[in-house]
Amino acid sequence: MASQKKKKSAETSNILPFEKPLEEVRSRLEELEALAGKTSQDLGEELEFYRDRLNRLTKEVYSDITPWNRVQVARHPDRPLVSDFIDHCCENWVELHGDGSFADDRAIVTGLATLGTQRVLLVGHRKGRDTKGRMACNFGSAHPEGYRKALQKMRLAEHMGLPIVCLINTPGAYPGVAAEERGQARAIAENIRDMFALKVPVVAVILGEGGSGGALGIAVADRVGMMENSWYSVISPEGCASILWHSADGREKAAEALQLTSEPLLRLGIVDKAITEPSGGAHRDPEGALEELKEQILFWLDELLALPPEQLLEERHLKFRNMTRSISVLETAMNPAQTGHEEPLPDPFSASERRAASLEPTQEPDSEA
Amino acid sequence: MAWRIGRKKKKDMPTGIWSKCSECGSTIYNKELVASSMVCPNCGFHHTVGGRQRIEMTVDPGSFIEHFTDLRPEDRLNFVDKVSYAEKLEKAQAKTGNSDACIAGVAKIQEHEVVLSILDFAFMGGSMGEVVGEKIARAIELAEEKKCPVIIFSASGGARMHEGAISLMQLAKTCAALNRFKEKGGFSISVMTNPTTGGVTASFASACDILIGEPGALIGFAGPRVIQNTIRQELPEGFQRAEFLLEKGQLDLIVPREEMREKLSTLLDYSAHGNRVRA
Repeated sequence: MASQKKKKSAETSNILPFEKPLEEVRSRLEELEALAGKTSQDLGEELEFYRDRLNRLTKEVYSDITPWNRVQVARHPDRPLVSDFIDHCCENWVELHGDGSFADDRAIVTGLATLGTQRVLLVGHRKGRDTKGRMACNFGSAHPEGYRKALQKMRLAEHMGLPIVCLINTPGAYPGVAAEERGQARAIAENIRDMFALKVPVVAVILGEGGSGGALGIAVADRVGMMENSWYSVISPEGCASILWHSADGREKAAEALQLTSEPLLRLGIVDKAITEPSGGAHRDPEGALEELKEQILFWLDELLALPPEQLLEERHLKFRNMTRSISVLETAMNPAQTGHEEPLPDPFSASERRAASLEPTQEPDSEA
Repeated sequence: MAWRIGRKKKKDMPTGIWSKCSECGSTIYNKELVASSMVCPNCGFHHTVGGRQRIEMTVDPGSFIEHFTDLRPEDRLNFVDKVSYAEKLEKAQAKTGNSDACIAGVAKIQEHEVVLSILDFAFMGGSMGEVVGEKIARAIELAEEKKCPVIIFSASGGARMHEGAISLMQLAKTCAALNRFKEKGGFSISVMTNPTTGGVTASFASACDILIGEPGALIGFAGPRVIQNTIRQELPEGFQRAEFLLEKGQLDLIVPREEMREKLSTLLDYSAHGNRVRA
């Protein structure tokens, strides 16, 4: 009994504020279920009533959750992690460690895996489940050696003719002294550039958090998906809020302003598909969510493995080259006559006047600061 | 008006007759500062240079032909903080006379034809949104078409938050263009000036063939304040300065501003004429 109580309190601590109305119905249902097991009384009708109510309420609550709520779901402690994907969906798993020159960053895991009948290289951000595990993985924030490990293993996959599956779940690359010393920016830049040259199919899915360059560093892919309740953006809501609003409720406004959920990103063509999660979020049914994810990855790999490498590379290049182009940018691209001038422009200013012009802006108060 | 004083201290560019160097604190006559290419005559700190002045001090006089001037940024997410992004864009455009933070075109450096691309810090901190990413990519593609090297000068706070994931995708777009350029044998030089951080450092600025830093330039992924907040310790002396990066193996070379033109020309010689000096 004591252990049951303990379990219950641990569970309730994982309930998100906006999920509270659901939790009341759920606990009532659980009580009833427990009672139904003990008594000979027929509770079928009551059980049906509460199950139905829970389903409808879950749909209702999730149908209009805010972007910030989605960020909370994406970070839910019971949400399936890359390690769960490995345990649940991968057979013959062989982890391959290290970047070959400096260290083995635990925040990014790489290894050979079999999904169904398909052999792949798996690359993913590792977050850790308990406090100790999370600390060891820096909460999913990788150092440069993590990105270098990923690239080194991706080149190995290319050599072995294996397609690559990248699962993204990071608040961002690690901002620390050692990371800067070892070239965080350069490691990410080289990954982004060199992933365009990989001659094998690459599929990437945002599992939970897709934080900035730290996410994109392993997310240049032929197909990019995101789980229904994940987020993907240029900065975390907290980072954005601390710069723009300096206030506690800023992160909610920031989550809204950044448009970091799957709907706007699908519209912009940044992701190809939002992968449906079980009702009430992936943390309610991790195995169901992982199964859906695995099916989608296998579907994409089937499509991509049918393409010759030249076509694969060309399409990957064009996908990102033309991504998110606004209508006005597209128009100028289609009308190249407008770009550039045939003759050098006449110099309307003397050198000193131009210097003055370039300095002039600073005489006004800066709108940014 | 205490905030005004605080703000003035941050300025890289001189206003009025005298300026105070943010590095050594000495007072400099503005005409002298401009004449010395924004290098402090006292301590030698390389202050941020405006985009147009950079072109003028780098290329053969009158050789710059600007391209892609018809690209205009849009507020596609209707991003609003204290003021809307659309309003910020208008202000920055009025302030700089440019449509966005990137100026690109064809120029000659000591007779070498190059495509030149420059991030202007005066336009929203040189941040990269869709138009900046598009211009960088087109500049690289123009160099590919003209079979000439591309040189990119950066001064930027990173990706532009106001464009959300669209700005993040510019990291991929610019790197896609650089990858293609590299595969076709193109030669690229990145010059990182004070300051170059965030998504710009984590994409094209670090993905070129040769990486140059200006003396004393702040170059990094995360900003020093973010790192300080994470580790809650004093940052090491000279942290994230060009000399620090060179020491740690992250830059190919540091080139003082007064030698930049000459050094770029020498590098272009190597790329244009192969491995033998012609008689």
